[in-house]
Amino acid sequence: MNILRANFLFHYAGPQAFYGLAGRLWPWCAALAAVFGLWGLWLGFMVAPADAQQGEGYRIIFVHVPASWMSMVIYMAMAFWSVLGLTFNTRLSGMMTRALAPTGAMFAFLSLWTGALWGKPMWGAWWVWDARLTSELILFFLYLGYIALTSAIDDQRRGDRAGALIAIVGAINVPIIYFSVKWWNTLHQGASVSLTKSPSMAQVMLWGMLLMALCFWLYTIALVLYRVRTTILHRESHTAWVRAIAQEAA
Amino acid sequence: MIWVSWSQFWEMGGYGLYVWGSMGVTAACMAFESWQARLARSQLLAQLLAENEGNL
Repeated sequence: MNILRANFLFHYAGPQAFYGLAGRLWPWCAALAAVFGLWGLWLGFMVAPADAQQGEGYRIIFVHVPASWMSMVIYMAMAFWSVLGLTFNTRLSGMMTRALAPTGAMFAFLSLWTGALWGKPMWGAWWVWDARLTSELILFFLYLGYIALTSAIDDQRRGDRAGALIAIVGAINVPIIYFSVKWWNTLHQGASVSLTKSPSMAQVMLWGMLLMALCFWLYTIALVLYRVRTTILHRESHTAWVRAIAQEAA
Repeated sequence: MIWVSWSQFWEMGGYGLYVWGSMGVTAACMAFESWQARLARSQLLAQLLAENEGNL
């Protein structure tokens, strides 16, 4: 049974098989992202009441928290693919890591951007050098560093391996971001949602936020699958099956 | 419904700039990224096709 399962996984680790699988999956993920996004925005803007302390300004949470979560999740996913790539030397791993990086950088930027727009009215400052904010900024720079490094190395497989090292070493920053509000005295508030205690939010606000998080997850999966298909075509452009696809698309 | 009028909705209790500045930039980034991914694919397919024809 285990051998069968391993074979199944390795089958889809082949670029051609994965190209087909990703092509079947991404439209569903995109459609679900749209459904959850509209539902989450509806709850967040039309159903959830104003916050007792922050008035209507708290509604930034519906993008700030999901974007921040995704910026961390995507980096962990890059580290995961990098470990697989270095261990099994699978070609797909480097392509997946590269496909994830731009979306991760975007969410890290959005986390900082929406955080600044939330900080200004509530704290009176766009930015403070606080542990949570600073470690998120480092995450953003790690993404940029990964993208710059991998695109500067002409040999793709070497670029993949160098990038994998940044992804794995940089992953230490992710738990630092997550626990920064506990380990240091920060201006940033503690976690609104955690696995160990019940959430400190009203039910409808929580549901709105979770639906937006689900939307961002599915958006990311759809976009990364779409993007990795382009990378696969590019890297396998010498093969007959890619030539056939190019011919078909015309 | 929690809003009395559209203008009240856009004002967001005085936080309009901050709330819509967050939502707007997020939506714009996602739209731009999706558009760019589509563009990259269609450009690559066009390039591959041109190479195919060159080889024939």
